[in-house]
Amino acid sequence: MEKKDDINSFAKKAKVTLQMKNKRLDLSHSQMKWETIFRRILIVMSVILLILVGGILITLIMQSMPSIKSLGLGFLWGKVWDPVNNIYGAYPFLIGTLLTSFTALIISIPFSYAVSIYLGEYNSKGWLSELLKNTIELIAAVPSIIYGFWGLFVLVPIIRSFEAKIGVAPYGVGIFTSSLVLAVMIIPYAASLGTSLIRMVPSPLKEGAYALGATRFEVIRSVVLPYTRSGLFAGILLSLGRALGETMAVTLLIGNTSQLANSFKNIFFGPGNTMASVIANEFTEADHTVYLSALIELGLVLFLVTVIINVIGKRIISGYTNN
Amino acid sequence: MEARIGLRNTKSILFKSLIIFLAFVITIPLIIVLLYIIKQGVTQVNWHFLTKIPAPVGEAGGGIANALLGSFIIVAAASVIAIPIGMLAGIYLSENGRTRLAYYAGLCVDVLQGVPSIVIGIVVYFWLVKPMGTFSAISGSIALAIMMLPIVIRATEQTLLLLPPSLKEAALSLGVPYHRVILKVVVPCGFAGILSGITLSIARIIGETAPLLFTAFGNPYLSTSLSKPMETLPHVIFTYATSPYDDWHNLAWGASFILLLFVLILNIFTKLLTRKWKIQL
Repeated sequence: MEKKDDINSFAKKAKVTLQMKNKRLDLSHSQMKWETIFRRILIVMSVILLILVGGILITLIMQSMPSIKSLGLGFLWGKVWDPVNNIYGAYPFLIGTLLTSFTALIISIPFSYAVSIYLGEYNSKGWLSELLKNTIELIAAVPSIIYGFWGLFVLVPIIRSFEAKIGVAPYGVGIFTSSLVLAVMIIPYAASLGTSLIRMVPSPLKEGAYALGATRFEVIRSVVLPYTRSGLFAGILLSLGRALGETMAVTLLIGNTSQLANSFKNIFFGPGNTMASVIANEFTEADHTVYLSALIELGLVLFLVTVIINVIGKRIISGYTNN
Repeated sequence: MEARIGLRNTKSILFKSLIIFLAFVITIPLIIVLLYIIKQGVTQVNWHFLTKIPAPVGEAGGGIANALLGSFIIVAAASVIAIPIGMLAGIYLSENGRTRLAYYAGLCVDVLQGVPSIVIGIVVYFWLVKPMGTFSAISGSIALAIMMLPIVIRATEQTLLLLPPSLKEAALSLGVPYHRVILKVVVPCGFAGILSGITLSIARIIGETAPLLFTAFGNPYLSTSLSKPMETLPHVIFTYATSPYDDWHNLAWGASFILLLFVLILNIFTKLLTRKWKIQL
C-alpha cells in the first residue's frame, strides 16, 4: 500500500517536472517565435517607408494626369493662369518661386557663411558660441506662420514706404518682401551644417599654413574654405530646398496674384505667387477636374525639384562624414 | 616687407570683424520677431482666452480653446502613429545598415525630409479626405505623422549607432533573445537620444499649417471627434491673420504667443536631452 502511494507520488512528481520542462521548452519556442516576428516587424516598418514615398509619387502623378493629358508640356511655360476661362499656365508661378527662392538664397549666403566661419573657426567653444548656435537654431524652430503673420503686420508697412520712396507701386506685399523673410528663415539650414563641417577641417592642414606664415584670413581663404567647399554647397542646396517648398510665410506675404507684371522691376517689387502659395490658396476652391489637376501638377513639379535637390545635398554630406 | 605684413594683418582683422558683424546681425530679426510676438501676445492671454471658443464677428471676447484642444489631439494622434513606426524603422536602419532594403529606406527618409509640407497635404487629401468625403482631424494627424517620421527615424538610428556594440553582445551572450536585447537593453540605453528626436519632431509639426489646410481644415467649434474637421493653433493664426477684423488679429497674436511658447519649451527640452548625446538632428 505504502509502496503504491510512493509510486503514485513519484509519478505525479515526474509528471510535474515533465510539464515544467515542456513549459520551458514552449517558452523558448515562443521566444524564438517572437524573435522572428520582431525581425519581420522591423522589416515591415522599413518597407512602409518605401510604400509611403512610392505612394506619394504615384498619387501625385495619377491625380495630375488629367492636366498632363489636356495641357501637355506647354503647361510649364504658359504665361496666363486664368481658371475662369480654363487657361492654365504655370510660368508666373515658376518665375515667382525661382525669384523668391534665389533672392532669399543670395541674401542668406553671406550670413550663413559668416555664421559657419565664426562658429566653426573663430569661436568654436565657450558660452558665446553656444548662445549664438542656439539662437540660430531657434530661427529654424519658429513656425513659418508666425514669420508670415509678423511680416504682414510689421514688415509690409515698412516695405511699403520704402517702395514709395524708390518709385515703384507701393504694394508692400510681394516677391521682394517674401524673399527678405525667407532669407532669414533658411539661414539655419546652411549655417549649422557649415559649422560642423568647418569644425571637421583637420588641424594639421591649418597648422601647416600658419607655419608658412599665413594670416588667419589667408588660412580661412586658402585652406578652410577650399576643404569644405562641396559641403558648404550642400548646405546651400538644403537651404534652397527649404525656400522652394516654404508655403505659409510666403502665402501671407506674396500678395497672391497670378498675373505677371510687365517689367522686371514691377515683378520683383510687386505681388506674385509661388507654386506652393497658389496651391495653398486655390486648392480648396478648385471646382473642376483640370483646374484641380493643374494645381496638383504644380505640386508634382515642386515635389520632384525639392526631392532631387535634397537627395543631392544629403549625398554630398554623407560623403563627407564617411571620409 | 614690414608694410606688406601690416597690410595682410589688417586684412585679416577686417575679415574677422566682418564675419563677427554678419554672424551676430542675423540674430536681430529673430529677436525683433520674438519680442514683437511677446509684446502683442502676452496681453491677450488670460483664463477667458484659453478656455472659451471664438466669439462671432462683432462680439467682444472669445478665445482659442478649440484650437488648443485641437492642436493637442492632432499632435497626440500623429505621435501615436509616427513614434512606433519611426522607432522600429530607425532600429532596422541601425541594425541592418548594409542591406539593400536599408539603403532604399534610408533614401526614402531623405526624400521624406525634403518633401514640402504642402505636397504632403495634397497627398493625404487624396488618401483620406476625398474617400471619407469630409475634412477630418485624423487626416491632419496622418499628414503630420508623415512629417514626424524622418526626424524620429534619424534620431533613433543615430543614437543606436553611437551605443557601444559590446552592450548588445553582452546581452546576446547571456542567451537573451534578439527582440528583448533591442527592447530591454539597446533602446533603454539610447532612450534620451530617441526622446530628443521625438520632442524635436513634435516641435516641428506643432507649428505646421500647410498640410492642415486640406486635411484638418479648421472648425470654429469645440470638437473632439477625429473624423470631423478640427481647429489647430497654426490654422487659427492663419485664418485670423488674413481676416479684416482687429479683434481677430488680437486673438491671432495671442495664439502666436502660445504657439511660440510651446515651441520654445519643446526646443529647450530637446537641447537638455541632446546635451548628453552628441547627435546631429
